Amino acid sequence: MISESSSFVKGMMLGGLFCVFVTFIGHNKMGHGTKAHHHEHHHIQAPNKEDVSNLSEGERMELSHSIRVYCIILVKPKDLGNWAAVKETWSKHCDKAEFYSSESVKVFDSIVLNTNEMWVMMRKAYKLAYERYQDEYNWFFLAHPTTFAVIENLKYFLLKKDASQPFYIGHTVKSGELEYVDGDGGIVLSIESLKRLSKIFEDPDRCPEQGGLIWKLSEDKQLAVCLKYTGVLAENAEDSEGKDVFNTKSVGSLIKEAMANHPQQVVEGSCSDMAITFNGLAPNHMHVMMYGVYRLRAYGHNFKDALVFLPPAGSDND
Amino acid sequence: AHCLQEMASSKSLLNLLTFTFGSTIGFFACYMLFSIVLEKQVVIQPDILHNDPHGEHSEETGSDQLEGQMNFNADAGQHQDENKNIAEGLYQKVKILCWVMTGPQNLEKKAKHVKATWAQHCNKILFMSSEENKDFPTVGLETKEGRDQLYWKTIKAFQYVHDHYFDDADWFMKADDDTYVILDNLRWLLSKYNPEQPIYFGRRFKPYVKQGYMSGGAGYVLSKEALRRFVNAFKTNKCSHSSSIEDLALGKCMENINVEAGDSRDTSGKETFHPFVPEHHLIRGYLPRTFWYWNYNYYPAIEWPITHASAMDNYGIIPPIGKLLPNSR
Repeated sequence: MISESSSFVKGMMLGGLFCVFVTFIGHNKMGHGTKAHHHEHHHIQAPNKEDVSNLSEGERMELSHSIRVYCIILVKPKDLGNWAAVKETWSKHCDKAEFYSSESVKVFDSIVLNTNEMWVMMRKAYKLAYERYQDEYNWFFLAHPTTFAVIENLKYFLLKKDASQPFYIGHTVKSGELEYVDGDGGIVLSIESLKRLSKIFEDPDRCPEQGGLIWKLSEDKQLAVCLKYTGVLAENAEDSEGKDVFNTKSVGSLIKEAMANHPQQVVEGSCSDMAITFNGLAPNHMHVMMYGVYRLRAYGHNFKDALVFLPPAGSDND
Repeated sequence: AHCLQEMASSKSLLNLLTFTFGSTIGFFACYMLFSIVLEKQVVIQPDILHNDPHGEHSEETGSDQLEGQMNFNADAGQHQDENKNIAEGLYQKVKILCWVMTGPQNLEKKAKHVKATWAQHCNKILFMSSEENKDFPTVGLETKEGRDQLYWKTIKAFQYVHDHYFDDADWFMKADDDTYVILDNLRWLLSKYNPEQPIYFGRRFKPYVKQGYMSGGAGYVLSKEALRRFVNAFKTNKCSHSSSIEDLALGKCMENINVEAGDSRDTSGKETFHPFVPEHHLIRGYLPRTFWYWNYNYYPAIEWPITHASAMDNYGIIPPIGKLLPNSR
C-alpha cells in the first residue's frame, strides 16, 4: 500500500515537473532571439489635416492613387451569413478583395485553403497573396467576416506611410513580452512586411506551422512572433486625438461601455471620427453601417475632406 | 520462491502503473494550473478612454474632463473643416419645436438618450409625461399612462405647446422616446412649405382615412396653422377626444379640419419617415410581404438597393444602444 502511494506521489511529481519543463521550453522558444525592445509601446498616428492640405492637388491625386489595398477575408462555412454581408458591403471598397475559405462552399467563389486551423489558413493566405499580388498592391488588409471596415479611412491613415517600410498596424495588445495586433480589429501589413513574412515562413524553427509545443498560440499572436523575428513590430493605430481607429468591438458595445465608464463623454471617449474597423457585427448591422457611413447625410453639412477616394472602376457601389 | 517472485513482479507492475497514473495526473494538474495563470496574462484589455494598451503609458493625453450632463455630442473641434453654414441658416429660418412623448418609467431608459442626442438640434425641446418632473424636466399632462391614453396625451401635449410656445416656432414635431430624428433633413423638407399653410407631414398610411393619416411611430410634424386648427377643433367639437388609436384619430381629425396630409418623400420618391429600425427598411425581404405594413403605405415602396443617396428623416423604435451616430458627424 505504502509503496503504491509513494510511487503515485513520485509519479505525480515527475508529471508536474515534466509539464513545467515543457512549458518553459515552449515559452523560451518564443521569446528567444528577439531584439531587446522591452516594454516599448508603439503607436502610430493618422496624418494631420495640415499635412494633407499643404499638398498640391496633383500631389494629393498621386498619393491617393498610390495606395492600393488588397483585402484578405478568412472565412469558414459557418460564417456564411457574414461572408455574404461582407461581400455585398465594405469589401467592395477594397482595390481587390478575396475570400480565403477553409473549405469549398457551393454558394460563393473563394480561394480554398483546405485547412480548418486559423494559423495555417492565415499563413497560406498571406503566402498566396504575396506570390500573386506583390507587384500590384502595396498594402494588405486581413479581416474576419465579423469585421466592418471603412477602406477610405484606412487609405487616409496610410497616406504618408512608405509601404517599402515594414509596417504592421492595427489594434495592439500586449501579452507578456509580445505586442501583437488583435486579429478582431483587422491586420494591416505593408508590402515590405509581407515580403519578410513570406521569407520567415520558410523557417520552421522560428515560424512553425504548428505553433507552440503544447500551448497553441492564437493565430494573431503567431503572426506577431514570426514578424518579430524579421524585425517587424506591431504598432497601435490612432487618430490625431489619440483614439484607436481599429476597434475590436462594435459601435454599440463601445458606446455601452462608455456609458457605463464615463457617461460624461460617451462618443468622445470611445469612437474616432475616422475609425477604420469595428468588430462583432451581425450581417444586418453591416448593411446598416454601410447606410450610415456612405449614404445617410445631414443636409446642410459640408465635410470638406482633403482627399476623395473613389471606389474602384466597375464596382457597383452604394 | 516462485511465489515470492510472482508477487514481487505483480507488485512492481502495480507500482509502475500507479507511477504512470500519478505522472499523468501530475502533468494535467500542472497544465490546468498553467493555462489559468497564463491565460490571465494574455488577456489584457486596452483602456478605451486613454487609448493605451498597457495603462502605463507615460505621455498622458489627459482627456478626462467631466463635462456636466451626459455629453454625447462630439465637440465642435472634431470637425474643424466642416462647413455648417447652410445647416445653421436653416436652423434660423425653419424653427421647429419638438415634443417627445414619454412617461415616468422611461425617463432613465429612453428619454435621457433622446435628450443627449438629437433633441439638442431642435429649436425648442419638451418632454411630455403624465407627471411633471422638475429635474429632467418633463411637462406633467395630468393623465394616466398606457397605450389607450396616447391620444389624450397627444391632445393635451399639443394644447400645452399651443398655450405656451405658439410664437416660438413655425413647426411642431411629435416624436416618441424611441425615435431618432435627423433635424437637418427635416428642416430641408419643411423649408419648401409655408408654416401658415394647414399641412402636416409624416409616414403616410392609406387605410381608414380618405387622405391618409400619419404613422404615430415614425413621428409627425404640424405646421403652425395645423396646430392652431387642431387645438380649436376640440373647443368647437369638430374632433372627438376619445380614441384608443392615437395616430388614426389624429389623422381623422386633420381631415375634418381640412389640414392637408403632406408628401414627405425625397426627390427620388423614397420615404423619409420610418416606423421601424433601419434594418427593417434597408434589408430587402426583412419584412415579409404578408406583413400589414406593405398594405398600409400610401405611396408605392421603392425597392432597395438604389444607387443614389436618400435623405432619411426619422426612424422609429430604436433601443438606446442601437442609435446611429449621424449626430456626431
